[in-house]
Amino acid sequence: MEDDAPVIYGLEFQARALTAQTAETDAIRFLVGTQSLKFDNQIHIIDFDDENNIINKNVLLHQAGEIWHIGASPADKAVLTTCYNKTSDSRVVSCAAVWRMPSDWETGSHESPDDSAHNPQTLELLCHLDDSAHSNAACVLWEPMGDGKRVISLADNHALLWDLQESSTQATVSSTATLEGKGQLKFTSGKWSPHHNCSQLATANDTAIRGWDLRTMSQIYCIENAHGQLVRDLDFNPNRQYYLASCGDDCKVKFWDVRNVQEPVKTLEEHSHWVWSVRYNHSHDQLVLTASSDSRLILSNMVSISSEPFGHLVDDEELSEGEDNHQEEKGKEPLKDSVVSTYEEHEDSVYTAEWSSADPWLFASLSYDGRLVINRVPRALKYRILL
Amino acid sequence: MDGEADGSVAVPGSGSDDPSRRRRVHGMLKLYYGMNEEGKAEERPESLDPCDINGPHFDPEVFLNKLRRECSLAELMDQETCMVKQIRSLDSDMQTLVYENYNKFISATDTIRKMKNDFKKMEDEMDCLSANMAAITEFSARISGTLQDQHTQITKLSGVHTLLRKLQFLFELPARLNKCLELQAYAQAVRSHRRARCVLQQYSHLPSFKGIQDDCHAIMDKLAQELRQKFRDGGSSAKDLSECVELLLQLDEPAEELCDKFLSHARSRLESDLQGLEAEIRPYPSASAMKDASAQRASTPAAGSPTDNSPKMSATPSPTSNTDILEFIDRGCNEFVSSLCLVITSYQELFINHAPKGELASKNIPQMANGKLNAFVDDLAARYFSLVERRIQEEKGVADNSLLVRALDRFHRRLQAVTKLLPGSAVPNKGTEIVIRAATERVKQYLSALQSFYMDSLTDVRQALATPRLSVASASVGGGGAHLGGPTSGRDAPTSLPELLSSLSAAILNQIKSVLASVHLFTAKDITFSNKPYFKGEFCSQGVRENLVVSFIKFVCQSSRQFCESAGDKGGSTPPALLLLLSRLCLDYETSTISYILTLTDEQFLVQHHNPVTPVTTLCAEAREAAQKLLNHYVKVQGLIISQMLRKSVETRDWVNTIEPRNVRAVMKRVVEDTTSIDVQVGLLYEEGVRKAHSSDSSKRTFSVYSSSRQQARYAASYTPSAPMDTNLLSNIHKLFSERIDIFSSVEFNKVSVMTGIIKISLKTFLECVRLRTFGRYGLQQIQVDCHYLQMYLWRFVSDENLVHFLLDEIVGSSAHRCLDPAPMEQSVIEVICERG
Repeated sequence: MEDDAPVIYGLEFQARALTAQTAETDAIRFLVGTQSLKFDNQIHIIDFDDENNIINKNVLLHQAGEIWHIGASPADKAVLTTCYNKTSDSRVVSCAAVWRMPSDWETGSHESPDDSAHNPQTLELLCHLDDSAHSNAACVLWEPMGDGKRVISLADNHALLWDLQESSTQATVSSTATLEGKGQLKFTSGKWSPHHNCSQLATANDTAIRGWDLRTMSQIYCIENAHGQLVRDLDFNPNRQYYLASCGDDCKVKFWDVRNVQEPVKTLEEHSHWVWSVRYNHSHDQLVLTASSDSRLILSNMVSISSEPFGHLVDDEELSEGEDNHQEEKGKEPLKDSVVSTYEEHEDSVYTAEWSSADPWLFASLSYDGRLVINRVPRALKYRILL
Repeated sequence: MDGEADGSVAVPGSGSDDPSRRRRVHGMLKLYYGMNEEGKAEERPESLDPCDINGPHFDPEVFLNKLRRECSLAELMDQETCMVKQIRSLDSDMQTLVYENYNKFISATDTIRKMKNDFKKMEDEMDCLSANMAAITEFSARISGTLQDQHTQITKLSGVHTLLRKLQFLFELPARLNKCLELQAYAQAVRSHRRARCVLQQYSHLPSFKGIQDDCHAIMDKLAQELRQKFRDGGSSAKDLSECVELLLQLDEPAEELCDKFLSHARSRLESDLQGLEAEIRPYPSASAMKDASAQRASTPAAGSPTDNSPKMSATPSPTSNTDILEFIDRGCNEFVSSLCLVITSYQELFINHAPKGELASKNIPQMANGKLNAFVDDLAARYFSLVERRIQEEKGVADNSLLVRALDRFHRRLQAVTKLLPGSAVPNKGTEIVIRAATERVKQYLSALQSFYMDSLTDVRQALATPRLSVASASVGGGGAHLGGPTSGRDAPTSLPELLSSLSAAILNQIKSVLASVHLFTAKDITFSNKPYFKGEFCSQGVRENLVVSFIKFVCQSSRQFCESAGDKGGSTPPALLLLLSRLCLDYETSTISYILTLTDEQFLVQHHNPVTPVTTLCAEAREAAQKLLNHYVKVQGLIISQMLRKSVETRDWVNTIEPRNVRAVMKRVVEDTTSIDVQVGLLYEEGVRKAHSSDSSKRTFSVYSSSRQQARYAASYTPSAPMDTNLLSNIHKLFSERIDIFSSVEFNKVSVMTGIIKISLKTFLECVRLRTFGRYGLQQIQVDCHYLQMYLWRFVSDENLVHFLLDEIVGSSAHRCLDPAPMEQSVIEVICERG
């Protein structure tokens, strides 16, 4: 079974921000935000044609500043949030805003890609997610599987829960949580848990991971020294509500059961530099994607702590249909935790990696030099998980 | 017959003639008389020759004819003279013989005549004698006839007398027995009774005898009672006791009951011994008392016999203080084991060896008795062993192994006596098992002592590292003399790493050696149990080699590895120098120490590898792995320390609104200083290593020009969104041709590799931090200055200076890219600033 070669797409600017278009479940589509201090920044809409292995891109202008973080609304394909740096009066300010893509970007691109490239359309600003008291947004999180009405922004040491109203043109802070402590505390990253009716948030600051209850905006757990150094990213296991993955500057990826914060359930030490991003596959949570500044992307198969530790459960009906199948199932040795593959297509630090929201076997990774690589889970593993 | 006589006569006659001549004469005479010598003459062929003048078939005619025919005249003449001469000599010989024989014959006739006269006289005397004898016989017959009657009467009388004496004995028996009873002469009483018993039994139908028998029975019952009483009292000596038993046996007491009684009695005495022993164990000594005792013991390590030790022990003030193990075992041996042996001997004497002699004894008494004895011995020995084991378990201090070994030796030796007495007993085996357990336990204790020694040494090293100048505690431990329990503090203060390392490894080695020496006592030649198969084989290979030496080495490796793990993510808990030192230690172990230690062990213990043992290579691999891990961790920790400095310096500064650079930032100087000191530190323990050839002007390489040109290319390019990738083309091409750098990768065991690792980590951190910031014009220039400064100093530490160039290029490139107003500083200005310091 030969695997398809990775598809590489180059941006002209350096870039850190990447997200899948969450609300889009048919087409494989990623959004990339660029970082340029000199020129107008862009949002590249990358469409991947799975059958022909072709990338189609569309560019939207994001003139507000260089994009550090990007998030797509889970409800409305056209709505997204960015965190960006704005330079004014030799001061650099971090802001966050909700944007809407122009409605006709798609049609334009298909008919004359060159035109659209030369005259890119501009994003339509819906609202700012800043107020005078809270700035320096590090990231904006959409409510998972929500109706696109609630977002959380992490700014300095505050977590702000916003309600978007009037088709997202108006944002009001409904509640806030503040991280108290010595020194200048600053949230570096966060993740909104899809479990517990979306009432939990996990944040990272320095070496600690904290869990928050959004109903009371109070801390519910805290993993002190979760990593030896800075925690860079978090992700919730989509199927096991207490499981959380984290990564950081100690080159490790750790898996936690938040009910027992003393010890990680599992630790991976495959990267040779800081790990910047960790992502569970949305459907098969044994697949974990990690991106690191050692320019590598690693896909791990963490069967032992996944929701399907014994492989795909076979239904009774299926069993009755074919005894042979069952025999085969038995003959298979249980899968072990292992690194599935290391992807070395990047030349520079890889800061983000994302699974596609449409195809669970496909993912994209973005390195600082603006290279976007689209890869697939190896077929052998894919069939092994499915069959 | 004549010839013979002839010869014998001729010998004295011809007196002085030489034997050969005589022989010849004799021979010729024989011939003449037709005597053939043993019949041979007849068979001789020449003798048939008629011409042989000496032959029996001599024919003068033929001879003459032959002569006449064959010989000349002269020859005939000669022949004739010769013959005449011979004839003459023969004639004279014959005459001499005849004369001699005649004389002999005359004297023989005389002798015979004389003998005839003498015999006549003798015959007369013999006749007289026979007449006398006949007279005597007649008399004797007459006398015996008269005495016949009296003789029978006398015989009868003497028979009656003996019978009467016997009867008297019987009648006197009760009185006599009573008297014996009074005098406690039990043995005599029993003997007397035994003599009378059968008779009384036989004639018991007679009333008078019956009375006597009853009396006797009563008395003997009383006696038996008394004996039993005496037996039961137990105050008597073993000899008395055995006598008692012997008597009772003779009195037909049931042997089984006696066995039981005997044993139970012996048991009570042995148990008192055991209680005495137990009392010595029970008061668990306070730690101080123990220490006192051990201190005293250590002060007199040569205390040989228990008598040497006992005054010492009595001198210890505390009444609860434990006697030392040797004394304890001694006491156990002297009291318990020896009385046990005594009991066994007397028991066997009484019930097993003697019993079959008693005519009434049933056949199976020895078996029964033996069974009882074995059960008894096993039971008591088990209790004794449990006590001994408890005592041995208390022997926690590993200070003086010889004491324990001697105690065990004595213990084992004394049990051999039991083996001799009771060949089939399981007791000695159990004793050996105890010795084996004690030895294994001891090995375990040594292992833990070694481990704690190692950890203590590490603590000391840590202290020495923490206070490099004032260090008092050093890991230098005196060699063999030092006992376990913590390294002694030396007065000298070795501050440098190599000294610490060598003193640490020497201390550990010495400790291992002294432990080996101590353990070696178990296998010394003069120890009785050392020739048991366990001590010859398994103890050496499994016990000492595997469980002690190999385990310790593994422990060292493992604890080293733990430093990498538990020291944790923060990396702060273990001083980096200790990591470096341990790494070198493990590496030294891999290269030489392990094989040395194992060879030493194998030699000392003559280990025969029956079971598979851990090979040296496995241990070496483990040590190397540990060394590698430690060194990697060292690099990581040191890299992190520098990284933290760089990160803080980048994160805390407002790079947009900074002033024009005039100096290299202090943090860069600090980085260079720290790197230099790390370099020195590593250089103390690790070799230089290989590095790629330097270009002649490494420090002056104008990397900024290159990167700024790159920057210019990058920024000069017009913004062409339709042509992705070409802006980064140069940088990408550059990366294509340079090897991918693994930041936290494994390092080699040399200085350059270590330094390369540390610098890689630091610069990569610098790069990543720079990429997260936004720079103003002067911010970029400051970075340029800083990087140039680092360039000037760091290249010398690494194996491949291009690596530093590449990373610094990346830093400057990235910061230029993150710069709002990228106006690079002139290279010459940078150089001036950097050279100014």
